[in-house]
Amino acid sequence: MTERSPREKRDPLARKKARHVSPATRSRAMHAMSARAAQGRFVLQVCTDCDKATYPPRDACPYCWGELVWQDRPNGAEILCETIIRTSTDLYFRDHLPWRMGKVALDAGPVALVHLHQDLGVNDRAAVRLMLDRGGNAALFALPPTGEIDMTDPQLREFTVPVAGKTVLVSDASSAIGLAVVKALHDAGAGLIIAGMLPPERLTDQKHPILNLDGVQPVPLDIVDQVSLSEALSKVGGPLDIVINTARHVRGGGVSEQANIVEQRRAFDVSAIGFTRLAQACAPMLAGRSHGAFVDLISSDALAGATDNAAFAAAEAARLSLLQSFRHEMRSTGVRVLSVFTGPVEDEHHQPVPPPKVAPARLAAAIVDALHQGREQSCVGDVASDAMARWLSDPMLYAREKNL
Amino acid sequence: MNTATNPALAAMLGDIACGAIRVIDLTNILSSDFPVIVLPSEFGQCEPFRMETVSRYDGNGPAWYWNNISMNEHTGTHFDAPAHWITGRDIPNGTVDAIPAEDFIHPAVVIDIADEAAADDDFIVTRGFLEEWEKQNGAIPARHWVLLRSNWSKRVGTLSYLNLKDDGAHSPGPDADAMRFLVHERDCIGLGVETVGTDAGQASLFDEPLPAHSILHGNGRFGLQCLTNLDQLPVFGSVIVATPLKIKGGSGSPLRVIAMAPSKD
Repeated sequence: MTERSPREKRDPLARKKARHVSPATRSRAMHAMSARAAQGRFVLQVCTDCDKATYPPRDACPYCWGELVWQDRPNGAEILCETIIRTSTDLYFRDHLPWRMGKVALDAGPVALVHLHQDLGVNDRAAVRLMLDRGGNAALFALPPTGEIDMTDPQLREFTVPVAGKTVLVSDASSAIGLAVVKALHDAGAGLIIAGMLPPERLTDQKHPILNLDGVQPVPLDIVDQVSLSEALSKVGGPLDIVINTARHVRGGGVSEQANIVEQRRAFDVSAIGFTRLAQACAPMLAGRSHGAFVDLISSDALAGATDNAAFAAAEAARLSLLQSFRHEMRSTGVRVLSVFTGPVEDEHHQPVPPPKVAPARLAAAIVDALHQGREQSCVGDVASDAMARWLSDPMLYAREKNL
Repeated sequence: MNTATNPALAAMLGDIACGAIRVIDLTNILSSDFPVIVLPSEFGQCEPFRMETVSRYDGNGPAWYWNNISMNEHTGTHFDAPAHWITGRDIPNGTVDAIPAEDFIHPAVVIDIADEAAADDDFIVTRGFLEEWEKQNGAIPARHWVLLRSNWSKRVGTLSYLNLKDDGAHSPGPDADAMRFLVHERDCIGLGVETVGTDAGQASLFDEPLPAHSILHGNGRFGLQCLTNLDQLPVFGSVIVATPLKIKGGSGSPLRVIAMAPSKD
């Protein structure tokens, strides 16, 4: 390709490097913390009796045996001391030694053991983030509180998905969303972007300026078609690092009213079966990579249905379910499975929908940001954020009011 | 013992065996990437061919290989029955399961429009063009398939086959007067084309829209689309065997179309 593509080269005779993941076994309380970390939140358990925050996660308040509830808390901290781990029996950490850790006094109360960014030292102020490690479990990571964070920090890279220099497949790059994602990946320095072009194509599609950017390689791809997918993947010459599934089939219609079975089937073929097909085909390719990731763009209608887009919502709900299974399957390989929820998008498929709608460029930026933050679950725009908040607080009420 | 009791059939089999009659496959390969017709987005769309492996000598079937397939009735090389069009909805026996079997074997006349189509993607076959063609080649005989050889099949595998642009598809086809001439004055069996539809790419914008579909099917005639190898047929003298699947109430069907033609020697 071009000079934009410092793609990895390997000694062909050397045995492939084994990839390990960080230790996985956790308590149920810790899984609760990880589930919140997946949303990019900074939470601590707080006692309902004595109001003290506590860390690490426990089943009861260590001060008064009171009941603990999860609360969002300020994430400022001061670094008390640091240490460097130079030896370990754990396979994952052995690959990444030396590893620097520190103890911090959280503004929220507890003193915690954290992973340290290379730019931080003792007595520095820090912003502590709750991030997911390679095994998908929450860990505290101390970052500089202000200014631009150096994302090349080798420890931080273990908690994120770098895009620069990577090979990325965009499953449907012919849509407004897909084109915006290709552009955002290009701007983020992706080495090679395989841009899936949904047939039928116009003769003029090939002349689109975004598809002619350096390092962008359009290939015909319809994830509904096994043959098409195999052929598209066969055109990925080297390793594949990241897959971004932008394929969706947005059509209106209810269940008993204005239901079009042909369109409904297509929606399921794309959102559910297509997702499985894509995930199944790409999983082994991603599993061997140092920073493999699969990003799925999903409608917030997946949470509780949508009367006017019933089949699309149902297909997206099926996709969400499959996504949960796939994420669990990939934990042991270290491949991150990220979901980006969105409401209606400012594109040709949502013309009858009034604002607010998410601009494709904003959605694309959110996808790149989710990768850079290693955030498992993101919501873009007011509609998706509001839907997620309502669904989390009262799923039955939300399903009722959403379908009124 | 000679089991072919009819001497004509026996002679035909003999001629096929010795090569005096060539058998030519006019069918494109049915694959998932073979283009299907694209309608404006407010209409339902044609499903392309899809194939899902059920087993291939593996755990799902250790000794056998087979696939589930799905497609539209009008996917790949396919046959249009009269019931495909609203004008043909009341034609007796207008669906593929009801068409008499003897209608599946008919002679053909091949009209070469390759140069015209190469010069103009939107080339329209007019009555004037056909009359001029008859002056050069002789009259189009009755009860024949009329095959338009546009060389469009040579574009298969490229975007120029559907030839979609911002203003729709661009491919050759007949106008209404040409169709009325072929149906009413030449009593054709049907129209066979190399393009994805019997009508031209821009035919929905004609004064009489989609004349091939409308006039053919309204008069009980058939369509054959996505043909190939028409360049191997003589102008006169070939016989087409086109047997659609017997789909109950079907409007058309993918099929294998073969032609028999005298050896070129």
